[in-house]
Amino acid sequence: MAADSYDDVAKNKDSIPELEVAPQDLYHAKSFWTKYIFCQDAKVIGIQYALTAAAIGMVGLVSSWLMRMQIAFPGVIPMDPAAYYQLVTMHGMIMVVYLLTALFLGGFGNYLIPLMVGARDMVFPYVNMISFWVFFLAVVILAASYFVPGGPTGAGWTLYPPQAITSGTPGGDGLGIVLMLVSLAVFVIGFTMGGLNYVITILQARTRGMTLMRLPLTVWGIFTATVLALFAFPALFVAGIMMTLDNMLGTSFFMPAIVEFGERLSYDGGSPILFQHLFWFFGHPEVYIVALPAFGIVSDLISVHARKNIFGYRMMVWAIVIIGALSFVVWAHHMYVAGMNPWFGFFFATTTLIIAIPTAIKVYNWVLTLWRGNIKLTIPMLFSIAFIITFVNGGLTGLFLGNVAVDVPLSDTYFVVAHFHMVMGIAPVLVILGSIYHWFPLITGRFLNEKLGRIHFWVTFIGSYSIYFPMHYLGFMGVTRRYFEVFEGDNFTYSITGINQFITVAALITGAAQFVFFYNIITSSKFGKKAGKNPWKACSLEWQTADVPPTHGNFGKELPVVYRWAYDYSVPGADQDYITQDTPPSDVANARAEQT
Amino acid sequence: MSKNKESLINQLTQKPWEPAQAKVDNLHEGKTFNLHVGKIGLRYIMVVSTIMFCLFIVTYGDRMVYDDWVRMPEPFLLWINTLLLVISSFVFIRIQLASKKNNFEKARRELFFIGILAVLFLIGQLLVWQDLVQAGYYVSGSPANGYFYVFTTLHGFHLLGGLVYWVMTINKVWKLENIIIRKAKHTIELCAIYWHFLLAVWIVLFGLMLFS
Amino acid sequence: MIVALLVILVTIGSVIFHMWSPWWWSEIASNWQGMDDTILLTFWITGAVFVAIGLFMAYCIWKYKYNKNNKADYEPENSKLEWALTILTTIGVIALLAPGLIVWNNFVTVPKGAYEIEVVGQQWYWMYRLPGKDGVLGTTDIKNINDDNPFGLNTDDPHSIDDVLIDADDLHLLKDQVVKLNLRALDVLHDFYVPQFRAKMDMVPGMITYYWFTPIKTGTFEILCAEYCGTGHYSMLGYVIVDEEEDYNEWLSEQMTFEEVLASNGKSDLIKLALNKKNDL
Ligand code: HEM
Ligand SMILES: [Cu+2]
Ligand SMILES: [Cu+2]
Repeated sequence: MAADSYDDVAKNKDSIPELEVAPQDLYHAKSFWTKYIFCQDAKVIGIQYALTAAAIGMVGLVSSWLMRMQIAFPGVIPMDPAAYYQLVTMHGMIMVVYLLTALFLGGFGNYLIPLMVGARDMVFPYVNMISFWVFFLAVVILAASYFVPGGPTGAGWTLYPPQAITSGTPGGDGLGIVLMLVSLAVFVIGFTMGGLNYVITILQARTRGMTLMRLPLTVWGIFTATVLALFAFPALFVAGIMMTLDNMLGTSFFMPAIVEFGERLSYDGGSPILFQHLFWFFGHPEVYIVALPAFGIVSDLISVHARKNIFGYRMMVWAIVIIGALSFVVWAHHMYVAGMNPWFGFFFATTTLIIAIPTAIKVYNWVLTLWRGNIKLTIPMLFSIAFIITFVNGGLTGLFLGNVAVDVPLSDTYFVVAHFHMVMGIAPVLVILGSIYHWFPLITGRFLNEKLGRIHFWVTFIGSYSIYFPMHYLGFMGVTRRYFEVFEGDNFTYSITGINQFITVAALITGAAQFVFFYNIITSSKFGKKAGKNPWKACSLEWQTADVPPTHGNFGKELPVVYRWAYDYSVPGADQDYITQDTPPSDVANARAEQT
Repeated sequence: MSKNKESLINQLTQKPWEPAQAKVDNLHEGKTFNLHVGKIGLRYIMVVSTIMFCLFIVTYGDRMVYDDWVRMPEPFLLWINTLLLVISSFVFIRIQLASKKNNFEKARRELFFIGILAVLFLIGQLLVWQDLVQAGYYVSGSPANGYFYVFTTLHGFHLLGGLVYWVMTINKVWKLENIIIRKAKHTIELCAIYWHFLLAVWIVLFGLMLFS
Repeated sequence: MIVALLVILVTIGSVIFHMWSPWWWSEIASNWQGMDDTILLTFWITGAVFVAIGLFMAYCIWKYKYNKNNKADYEPENSKLEWALTILTTIGVIALLAPGLIVWNNFVTVPKGAYEIEVVGQQWYWMYRLPGKDGVLGTTDIKNINDDNPFGLNTDDPHSIDDVLIDADDLHLLKDQVVKLNLRALDVLHDFYVPQFRAKMDMVPGMITYYWFTPIKTGTFEILCAEYCGTGHYSMLGYVIVDEEEDYNEWLSEQMTFEEVLASNGKSDLIKLALNKKNDL
């Protein structure tokens, strides 16, 4: 959000006088259908988003097992190259867009935003409901592509033309790629409707006393990510439309004159690189659309469970905003060796390394929050610690790939696969898992089982680290990515068979551990230990609802009034080690913060 | 409406934990802008679609420089269609004035006219397509053709979306005796803004195709 | 305690893995030592940060474990510390970026007099073209491509007739000769990548990309296609053989020129046309 837009509006003459601002009408469900299916309550919509994303995410997870089996134990699961490439593509696309984006913004965004800002619901509940169903439609279209002749597209999640729409690629001359593009376009439309709600609810529907700087970082993360999506998704949409036309109607936006298998196709003059620019103008911010909510959420988890205010809150907010802004001027670091003008390399390497600075600040501040804290090693805290390690690792390897000359040998090798899985695969997933342990007591009123949770944590963290850490070294050797079969070349310094088998076994175990988690969720939601109100003793508003789990309208008769920021933990002089945001000053007379 | 006078930069540099700041913050009403959410929502939508068109225009500029670019003719009908949009915008200004004066009878009458103009415009665009296809300008010809069809289609879809909102607007002033003045005024205003926006988009797109 | 140990284990374990890993880049066979050096420098800097953060975090977890009677510090921010860290990070980033940009500058500046070779990628094999006696590669056009003219050479370009065409996956290079690879793709994206040379660049249909290097070691090196190009991507392999002069010349003498290829296809009319053009020159 640009500063000038705020100023504009503050002076705006055409704004409606206060009296004319309609009080929000609360929606009331009247039947089963409007209560559970076409529901307009953001909390229900959030859960619908989360379940849908998790369901299609399972497809992504199982795809990754199959790929890993093929890489390490070829032949055990019969598979041809086309099938492998379809798995890679669908895995990548599902994980990035349909799982993580949908889960963070659609799932967590819907559930948490109104609760955290102290609103009864999103500002446009009806649009919100539609948004979910449009997303659902996108998932259905995606799933449908498995059942069309030729199967889903195998173009790689980057969908680069010309190969995405030519016959040498699985699904390239059939319906696979068409359905993929249509599904993405539908996703963008649905997401735009959702984003409309997230942004405006955060801007306009906060409760009394909730200034911008009193918002929990979770809200800041989701807010900035949504604004990024607002700017980034149109690029995907545009690229998708133009590619669909190239494919279906024979235009030549992206398609140059080519000879495919000895046959000259009718295209002429298009530019494949133009597609890559559009794709990464969307694709790089997309990375941060996934990462920023994770940044925000993990800040809150760390702060709550270390019983300490987040260190350097202002820096954290600025870092989120700066990272968001910079993420639009780094996109071509994915294209250093793509054949674009080599002089772009200087610019994009510089911007990319600059973005490392605010990112590093965030890491320092997480660690400094632990410093002199009073750390409870609860499961959300464990996942947060694991997140920091994983994210630091993945962030640092980003300094290799961002530094253009270093990227030359490493790009398109397993080093890249390892890097992006660490930084945008595993790290955000760890946050998601941690935050489910954290907010489950709010959503269901019960704790998740602690023992199972610890098993789940240890296996997931150690497992995923052992999958991806060694993978970097395959990349150094020059093992290229997206290979159906990697032949043991003489150029490798050591056999890759053993290590690949190790990685695959780790992946299978890690994946299996997620079923322990699902089992835990299902049983605990019925039989888990009762949590009661605010079990983690957190300050932010979502825990201060009238009922647990929060019911329709969130806050009972009266909306809460906010008197402090979201991080008043361990305030000197206070009786308890936390003061909730809605505690009036008079109730904590001797706390340091009220003395002056 | 005491608060919110501070600039964004000032807000972002507040130290929310400081007692002095807390006293100020406690008076904050929670809104960032003194605007109705509907209006902000509309702006949001206009921003997204502006970004989309801008991206198209960027690729247009990029693609134009190649030598397979053959300019399209502009059928005269396009000028008439443009005129229709200009008239709509003009009519909408009259509607806005009427609704300011609470003259909803007039507003309703002219809103019908808007609907007719919009449908005429869409039919006009379809006729243009027909002409061009008959003259042999297919989508798959020069990229200029491709862009022409893409632009007109997307603009048309925007107008269709606008018509949905137009129905809702008409609905608000349908029965004069049931009008809730605040809501009717608000809806009419949003609808008008959107129509002006569509005219602006069209002029940019049409101008682009004319002058390249 | 056990969590602090875990953090230490992961941190130190990563370092140990790094030091003892048998998986490492194979010995460099080109002039791009600068890339390796930058990677090593990056390793030192990032490794130090990784270890520092890991160990500090382990310390915090161990030292500040929850205790009912303790209270955490209340310290919303510490501008001095934050700015110090920011500046330190900035210095680190500059230390990484500067050498990187210098190497990149070398990479994109092709030395004068580099020997130009064309590499053509198509699904899913490689072809090569050498400039021939006149030292200049003839121009091409995708529209000319047919069975007799797989490279799409312009027959009316006087430079094309003596070009050496190698319709095979293997390419020979002369040791210590600076080469500039002109990269061309006929159908979809490809990428000509030899791990030992370190360099790579995508080949994009509709345009010509390039990179340069000097092979500094004789031997046989495997080519991998490094940009996904469809079902056969993983099998788009080949070899670069770096020879001493004698072997190289022997290999070269066995290759056919465009003229010979045309002749063997009975297209002498085209040859005549081209030779006339050449004489006009
Ligand atoms: C246990 C979890 C996971 C495993 C075992 C796994 C495994 C893999 C494998 C084997 C590949 C193919 C590499 C290749 O052939 O080049 C791949 C690609 C990919 N994965 Fe994952 N993955 C996992 C989780 C995730 C997550 C959470 C994300 C979310 C960001 C993700 C995003 C991607 C993307 C974007 C690609 C690239 C697809 C492409 O090349 O087109 N993965 N993954
Ligand atoms: Cu990026
Ligand atoms: Cu390839």
